[in-house]
Amino acid sequence: MRFSFPRMLKEALNGNAGWPEQWRSPEPKASYDAIIVGAGGHGLATAYYMAKEHGMRNIAVLEKGWLGGGNTGRNTTIIRSNYLWEESEALYEHAMKLWQDLSLELNYNVMYSPRGVLMLAHNVHDVQVFKRHVHANRLAGIDNEWLTAEEAKAFCPILNIDPDVRYPIIGAALQRRGGTARHDAVAWGYARAASAMGVDIIQNCEVRNILRGPDGAVTGVETTRGVIRSKKIGVVAAGHSSVLMQMANVSMPLESYPLQALVSEPIKPIMPCVVMSNTIHAYMSQSDKGELVIGAGTDAYTSYSQTGGLHIATHTLEAICELFPVVRRLRMLRNWGGIVDVTPDRSPIIGKTPVAGLFVNCGWGTGGFKATPGSGHIFAHTVVTGEPHKIAAPFTLDRFRTGRLIDEAAAAAVAH
Amino acid sequence: MLLIRCPYCEMERPELEFRYGGEAHVVRAAEPETIGDEAWGQFLYLRSNPKGLHAERWRHTNGCGRFFNCLRDTVTDRIFVTYKAGEPRPELAS
Ligand SMILES: Cc1cc2nc3c(=O)[nH]c(=O)nc-3n(C[C@H](O)[C@H](O)[C@H](O)COP(=O)(O)OP(=O)(O)OC[C@H]3O[C@@H](n4cnc5c(N)ncnc54)[C@H](O)[C@@H]3O)c2cc1C
Ligand SMILES: [Zn+2]
Repeated sequence: MRFSFPRMLKEALNGNAGWPEQWRSPEPKASYDAIIVGAGGHGLATAYYMAKEHGMRNIAVLEKGWLGGGNTGRNTTIIRSNYLWEESEALYEHAMKLWQDLSLELNYNVMYSPRGVLMLAHNVHDVQVFKRHVHANRLAGIDNEWLTAEEAKAFCPILNIDPDVRYPIIGAALQRRGGTARHDAVAWGYARAASAMGVDIIQNCEVRNILRGPDGAVTGVETTRGVIRSKKIGVVAAGHSSVLMQMANVSMPLESYPLQALVSEPIKPIMPCVVMSNTIHAYMSQSDKGELVIGAGTDAYTSYSQTGGLHIATHTLEAICELFPVVRRLRMLRNWGGIVDVTPDRSPIIGKTPVAGLFVNCGWGTGGFKATPGSGHIFAHTVVTGEPHKIAAPFTLDRFRTGRLIDEAAAAAVAH
Repeated sequence: MLLIRCPYCEMERPELEFRYGGEAHVVRAAEPETIGDEAWGQFLYLRSNPKGLHAERWRHTNGCGRFFNCLRDTVTDRIFVTYKAGEPRPELAS
């Protein structure tokens, strides 16, 4: 089924009762050419590009809960590519280019909205770091510009640039092509397109063990729905990646932390862009429904609890109230947490593992939604050919032995 | 917010008084120059990150200022026991 204007008209007249299911829910087969563990945006995109660009069809995506129910459906959807190092610029810019035509490509509206991402500077350190980013990005041909506080306010009029506050805004970096997309639609769009090409998406199917043959290579997985065989397994399980890799006795340089977000009651449009403040851990944009979508920081300690400390959210709301006094009397409707897998250098791990046939795409931590299309695209290449895509090549697991880190952590403790 | 018992102050205090110090019992080699990249990388970067019982360091920053260790379940965030630095990881009766 293709979405089109005539089809929408027809269904509208029919009370929208005629829409078919958007993806199949098949029983698992006994074996597949490849298994992807985790039906988040990254896993689904991986399966989609394996089918579309590499002609593989016999693929299963296994998901312990419902598709998109992990961090994909819990994140604040900020998209940008103004990272510091060349390796990261190539990676995130690859995704940025794919976002641009993604709705057309998938025939599904992912509501990509390049409304601009403004990153606030509150102290001398911020100014130096952001200007360094602006210059580095300019050399790489990636748009990122420096704004004074007044220019920032002209771009986002609800900003409070009063110098007499605890964390005054003294400037900002703006990436105009940055913005947001609808998180669920990204998961659903990739799921629908992959399923249509024959990929089996199997929900409520938790992987409990990774099976290996006498030579050490993977032979399949044990799941809550039985054993499923495959000689290629790609783990794309975000906060649970180290748990899965441990099933194959691979230790990972990962720690899993709760990261929180909140949404307010819906109001009329007050905000034309995304605003981020790494220094005071506050992020805000307005959804098309009118809710303010607010991102907070991580808890101090590792946890799989999928909630987060109240004081973390409170701290963010205090900052939000100072940055945007106009929202002070709004009520928050919902607050939730996701479990993010953080690497020591805040860059992802995409590639091979010491185990033959086992591949991993993880470590996206607090900021992987923006990379979803690019991550899936290059990981598909890696899983199919057995060798890293050239953009993925620097993001090895081995860098934590060789010391060739891609240190995006130095810029800010968090990097959405 | 966690309530954490400092084994030195012998008091349960709110998490805000403490700093988290990462996984406990990660031992730095006495002579780092004698171990290879593999072992050094493991010491610096590899963590067990378990879904379940986790031994971790905390420091009572806004109290006595001392480091101690803690056994916490990372699924429920329940703290089972805290113990002084240098003591071995306690066995929990199941
Ligand atoms: C509150 C919050 C705000 C964020 N804000 C942003 C942002 O503004 N911008 C940005 O770029 N990024 C952001 N992120 C990060 C982003 O959400 C993630 O990096 C990204 O969504 C990861 O996608 P994924 O597909 O790898 O993971 P997920 O969507 O988490 O998918 C992994 C899947 O694996 C499944 N799984 C786990 N274990 C098993 C198992 N044993 N068997 C089968 N399946 C399993 C899970 O159920 C899950 O569905 C945020 C994250 C959070 C939590
Ligand atoms: Zn104390």
